[in-house]
Amino acid sequence: MKRLLRHRLFWPIVALVLLIALNTASRPSFLSITINDGALYGSLVDILRNSAQLMLVAVGMMLVIATRGIDLSVGAVLAVSGAVTLTWIAGSSSPGSIETVATAIALGLGVTLILGLWNGFLVSVVGIQPIIATLVLMFAGRGVAMLITQGQITTITSAPYTFIASGHLLGLPFALYISVLVVLVVSLLVRRTALGMLIESVGINPEASRLAGVRSRGIIWGVYAVSGLLAGGAGILYSSNIMAADANNAGLNIELDAILAVVIGGTSLMGGKFSISGTVIGVLILQTLTSTITFLGIPPAVTPVFKAVVVIVVCLLQSRRVRELILRRRKVSRPSPVEPLEAVMSR
Amino acid sequence: MSAPTTSLTGTRAAVFVSAVRSRTASWASVLATVGMLVLMLAIGQAAFGDFITPRLISSLFLNNSFLIVLAVGMTFVILTGGIDLSVGSVIAFSGLLGAQLLAHGWPSIVVIPLMILSGTVIGAITGVMVAFFEIQPFIASLAGMFLARGLAYVVSLKSLPISDGGVDWLIATQFTVGQWSVTPGVILALLFVACAFWVLHYTRFGRTVYAIGGNAQSARLMGLSVTRTTFIVYLISGTCAGVAGLIFASYTGSGNPLAGLGMELDAIAAVVIGGTILTGGSGYVLGSLCGVLVYGLIQITITYMSIDSWWTYIVIGALLLIFVVFQRLLGARRRA
Repeated sequence: MKRLLRHRLFWPIVALVLLIALNTASRPSFLSITINDGALYGSLVDILRNSAQLMLVAVGMMLVIATRGIDLSVGAVLAVSGAVTLTWIAGSSSPGSIETVATAIALGLGVTLILGLWNGFLVSVVGIQPIIATLVLMFAGRGVAMLITQGQITTITSAPYTFIASGHLLGLPFALYISVLVVLVVSLLVRRTALGMLIESVGINPEASRLAGVRSRGIIWGVYAVSGLLAGGAGILYSSNIMAADANNAGLNIELDAILAVVIGGTSLMGGKFSISGTVIGVLILQTLTSTITFLGIPPAVTPVFKAVVVIVVCLLQSRRVRELILRRRKVSRPSPVEPLEAVMSR
Repeated sequence: MSAPTTSLTGTRAAVFVSAVRSRTASWASVLATVGMLVLMLAIGQAAFGDFITPRLISSLFLNNSFLIVLAVGMTFVILTGGIDLSVGSVIAFSGLLGAQLLAHGWPSIVVIPLMILSGTVIGAITGVMVAFFEIQPFIASLAGMFLARGLAYVVSLKSLPISDGGVDWLIATQFTVGQWSVTPGVILALLFVACAFWVLHYTRFGRTVYAIGGNAQSARLMGLSVTRTTFIVYLISGTCAGVAGLIFASYTGSGNPLAGLGMELDAIAAVVIGGTILTGGSGYVLGSLCGVLVYGLIQITITYMSIDSWWTYIVIGALLLIFVVFQRLLGARRRA
């Protein structure tokens, strides 16, 4: 029991279960799943489907944060990928053909990969602080997206493109497959190879890991590239969902939601430790929270208040000061009064 | 700021030289910003003719008065090595709160302090989280940002007009001398800059702010009240945001839940362009003022050139990049 309470993911999972319980209590049909035309429908399925965008961005953000960095540009990158893809499809002669859509997606992802590499270059080679290096693209990226769409909201009709966000495959939403695939691939890459450990070592001390023979520059460069690429994927999901490229509003504040999801999942902003399962749960908590607010009949605009409460509670639970206060009350004596920050954060 | 007298290693002369050099480096960033400002004005004058007019300079200050106040508060926070993302949302909250209370018939003499206080409260919440609970400033002020934006929507879901003499006075009154004109809002903003300059450079509190940004651990070991100072810094930033909300509400004649969206980034960009280093410990509030003016001038120039407004984002992004790389080069030379 004690070990269960101590587990890193205990409180996030409790929060998720509480949210689902709250929803079920206020509207018992919340848990029900209906089968229509061989496809599953229901609130839970919707949550899983809608969380795909944030999932992609958050997984990329998690890798960046693990190296003690941050990527503020994901929202702008998301907008750029939507703009590039939709402008290509809108300009082609056959917007409905699979080839056009595939080329457009490859183009959109390619551009975002370049943007990610640019961020990585600024951070790892030029040595600019991550927050300011990505701030550059956060500003410029949205300008570039507007430049591509010429300030218009580009809209298209293309059946294969609609399928990405709204289609079903074997009864489940196609978007869900994308997010599961991304999570699986990233998990395999970082947990079945040494890559994850190397990323964490760079996050703990880039200089020391370089001296120990870790090519930290390449790793840092890589995580920003992956973050850019995943944000690009999220941009394609977003634009496919509304079938429009909105350079102003696409991915607005998604960088904050992604950072929030990562932090809720127990990954410390200090770098050096990350949890994929935690991030997945963090994303689901945020998505369920958004749905809950809609179900309870509260104006969606008020959502930020609840997010603020979640941030404050989660951060306080992770805070060293609060943990010390709780420990003192329990009168558990510890051999060393000052623990290393990493050790505290990782619990 | 490294004071020459606290040397423990190296000779006094070497320490003095390094102190002078580090001071030149931080001034060099500000000088670069001033140079940028002069250059932009010169190019504008050469390209459009009749560009540097009293009217243009006056409107530059008038249109950016709220951003100046925001940048002043942000300078304090960034000097300690922190960041405050909540200021843009506070503008919406403070403005909307004022508009709602005025609509309910409250007198402006009560409403105006309440508007400013609303910012102080958000700043206090962020400050408690950062200073006492040691939560990273980014995340703590993110909470403040969500809270203020959400509370703005709780106050009202749509924009409310303000037609109150007391609030309007800040912008509607214009003191004109020849073609120069200035509003109480601008005077207020400049007063904030002057106060901040005095506090940062001539008080013990100001020196502590720089010390924390230099190295919080050392500052604590020197017996400086790091926790209290950090808390007050966020209080100042929140209060500045409240005042900026007041000026913005008066400027737009309304309270709007979408007001100040992304304005925290404008403020951070202005501070960085003004030569303050994001890791803290180095920078000047006058630099931030120049940063805001550069920012405003870019917008005016783009309007003058009648090219699409999205170029503003691209130009500001590019400018940020140039300044950051410039600072990086200066920093590298300093360390060598």
